[in-house]
Amino acid sequence: MECVFGLVGDGFALVAADTSAVHSILVHKSNEDKVMILDSHKLLGASGEAGDRVQFTEYIQKNVHLYEFRNGIPLATAAAANFTRGELALALRKNPYSVNILLAGYDKDVGASLYYIDYIATLHKVDKGAFGYGSYFALSMMDRHYHSGMSLEEAVDLVDKCIIEIRSRLVVAPPNFVIKIVDKDGAREYAWRESIKDAGVSAA
Amino acid sequence: MARYDRAITVFSPDGHLFQVEYALEAVRKGNAAVGVRGTDTIVLGVEKKSTPKLQDSRSVRKIVSLDTHIALACAGLKADARVLINRARIECQSHRLTVEDPVTVEYITRYIAGLQQKYTQSGGVRPFGLSTLIVGFDPDTGVPALYQTDPSGTFSAWKANATGRNSNSMREFLEKNYKETSGQETVKLAIRALLEVVESGGKNIEIAVMTKEHGLRQLEEAEIDAIVAEIEAEKAAAEAAKKAPSRDT
Repeated sequence: MECVFGLVGDGFALVAADTSAVHSILVHKSNEDKVMILDSHKLLGASGEAGDRVQFTEYIQKNVHLYEFRNGIPLATAAAANFTRGELALALRKNPYSVNILLAGYDKDVGASLYYIDYIATLHKVDKGAFGYGSYFALSMMDRHYHSGMSLEEAVDLVDKCIIEIRSRLVVAPPNFVIKIVDKDGAREYAWRESIKDAGVSAA
Repeated sequence: MARYDRAITVFSPDGHLFQVEYALEAVRKGNAAVGVRGTDTIVLGVEKKSTPKLQDSRSVRKIVSLDTHIALACAGLKADARVLINRARIECQSHRLTVEDPVTVEYITRYIAGLQQKYTQSGGVRPFGLSTLIVGFDPDTGVPALYQTDPSGTFSAWKANATGRNSNSMREFLEKNYKETSGQETVKLAIRALLEVVESGGKNIEIAVMTKEHGLRQLEEAEIDAIVAEIEAEKAAAEAAKKAPSRDT
C-alpha cells in the first residue's frame, strides 16, 4: 500500500514516499518516483491510483509552469496548493481523481510550508502529514518525536524512524523510499532508502 | 479597391488579400526588431521608443519567453501580440504534457503561423497585426534556430532577419555584414544592425541573448551602453584607417 509523508523543519520542508508501483499482487517496479519536483522551489508527493496520480500531477506541474511564463514570477506555495485543491474540487462531483497529495514549498517571505490535500479536495496547511496505511505508523512516530524547527539531520532521522516502523509493522510494506527536500536553495532529491534493489539482467 | 477590403475572406480581382496587406502595413509602422543566429548564441533586439517619464518601463517587456528554451520578439500591434504569446505559451506546456518533450522552435513557429493564417480565412475577424521573430535551441539536437512569421501566416527560417520600422535597411546591412559568429560577436552584430535605424544608446535598445546553458538573458542598459561604445570606437577606428593611407600617398 502506498505511503507518502512529510514534515516542515528549520527553513526546509521534506517529503518522503515509497517507490513501489503495484498492480494487484504484482510489483511492477520498486523505483517509481512519486515525489514530483513541481518547480524550482516546490515538491509534490502524491499517492493513489497510478493513472490519476501521474496525469493529475503532470497537469498541475504544467499549469504551474504556465503561470510562471505568463506572469514572469513563480506561483507562491499557498497559491499552488489552493490551485491544486481547486482542480480536485472541480473534478470531484464530475470525474474525480483518486490522488492524495502533500505539497511542500519554500517562499522567501513565508519560509518552508507543507500542505495536506486529500482526494476529496480537503486542504490543510500542516507541520507534518501522511497518507496511506503507513500513515498510522508515520503519524504516530512524528507525534512522538516531531518538534518545530528541527534540523535536517534530526528530520531525516525521524523519517528513518518512520520507515523502520512501516517496514517492520506493515504486512505489505513497501521496501524502498525516496526522500526529497526543498529549502531556499531549491527543491532536490535528498536520498533513497532501498532494501531491495531491482536486480540487473544476469549475464548469459 | 475599397470594395475588396471589407471582409477578408474575399480576394480582390488581381489576387490580393487586402486586409493581410494592410496588416503588413501595421507591422511596417511598428518598432524595429532584429534577430541574429550565431553558432552558440541567438540574439534578439528591439527598438525602445522613448518611455514616458511616468511609465514603469519594466511593465513593457518587448522580448518575451515562451518556454525555457524559446523566446519571441515582435513588431506591430502589441495587444495582438499578447493574445498570440498567451496561446503559444499554453501550447508549449500542452506539448510538454502530451508528448513529454519540449517543443522544437519549428513546431511552435508553425503553431503561431497557423494561428495567424486562421485569422485570414475566417468571417468577421481581422488578421493579427504583427510579425514575430522566434528564436530558440532545439531540445534534442541543441541546434540554434531563428524563424520569422508574418500576418499572412507564412514562416521561414533565417540566419538573421529584421522586421518592423526600417526593416529593409537593417536587412540590407545584415546581408552585407553577416558572417557566422558566436558569443559576444553575435550580440555586436545584432546591435550594429539596430543602430543603423535607431538612435544610439542603451536607453533606446532592448537586447536579449539566448544560450543553451542559460536560456534567455535580458541585457542591462549599462551592458548595452558598453557594447555600443565598443562599436562606435570600432567604427571610428575604421574611419580613421580609411582616411590615413590616402594622406600618405
